[in-house]
Amino acid sequence: MEKKTKVTATDGQQDLTITRTFELQVELLFKAYVEADIVEQWMGTKVLKLESNKHGSYQFETTDPKGNKHRFNGSIHDVIPGKKIVRTFEMEGTPYGVQLEVYEFTALTPETSMLNMHVIYESVEKRDQLLQLPFAQGINMAHNRIQDLLQQLK
Amino acid sequence: MNLRRDVFQAIADPTRRAILLLVASQSMTAGAIAAQFDTARPTVSKHLQILTECELLKQEQNGREIYYHLNPKNMKEIADFIEPFRQMWEERFDKLETIMKKYKS
Repeated sequence: MEKKTKVTATDGQQDLTITRTFELQVELLFKAYVEADIVEQWMGTKVLKLESNKHGSYQFETTDPKGNKHRFNGSIHDVIPGKKIVRTFEMEGTPYGVQLEVYEFTALTPETSMLNMHVIYESVEKRDQLLQLPFAQGINMAHNRIQDLLQQLK
Repeated sequence: MNLRRDVFQAIADPTRRAILLLVASQSMTAGAIAAQFDTARPTVSKHLQILTECELLKQEQNGREIYYHLNPKNMKEIADFIEPFRQMWEERFDKLETIMKKYKS
């Protein structure tokens, strides 16, 4: 099966890009990033704050299986509806630093769209550390959430 | 003794990464590849030799020309390093897509 999500991380550089095509109108794809109740559904996080505008900021919170809470936050630098979001991202209480994220939304056809995420880290080392974090657990959790959501749709 | 080179050493060089990107879309001759770079032809030949030795590129005779193309098996070894990260995003985006389809009017 063709992989819809592509990650490009050039060796020795402190950034990476993530691209993905969606069978969604670009407006719907964009909406998934700016509306708190929708972000909560697909990110599986609690949205404590989300101001989707220039000079705005956001804070999310997740609870792991042990009941520990993890918070993420960032500043929103630019929001161009249906086109672009520029923001920072930080995992609170971790050594990974702050990353700059540029999201570009493009309509491919009236019914399909593409997201291009450019993520710039503080250093090559921080990017590579993050790439090597154990994601397996997160993936399984996401699987379970998808099943839950699909069952709700029945 | 034939020194088998490490694939990660091979992709540490920016010119070699550019060569891999070039032949990813189509098989090319050494001449066509060299024409894309300002670097001297023997330097490009050396890069092609290294990429071939570590089996990232494969040579194929076509008439009088030798064409270079990607060896998907070993390219996979490089991709595996970021695969868990990629999968995490794939799952997340799949979920986004499923949820947003409900909002379609």
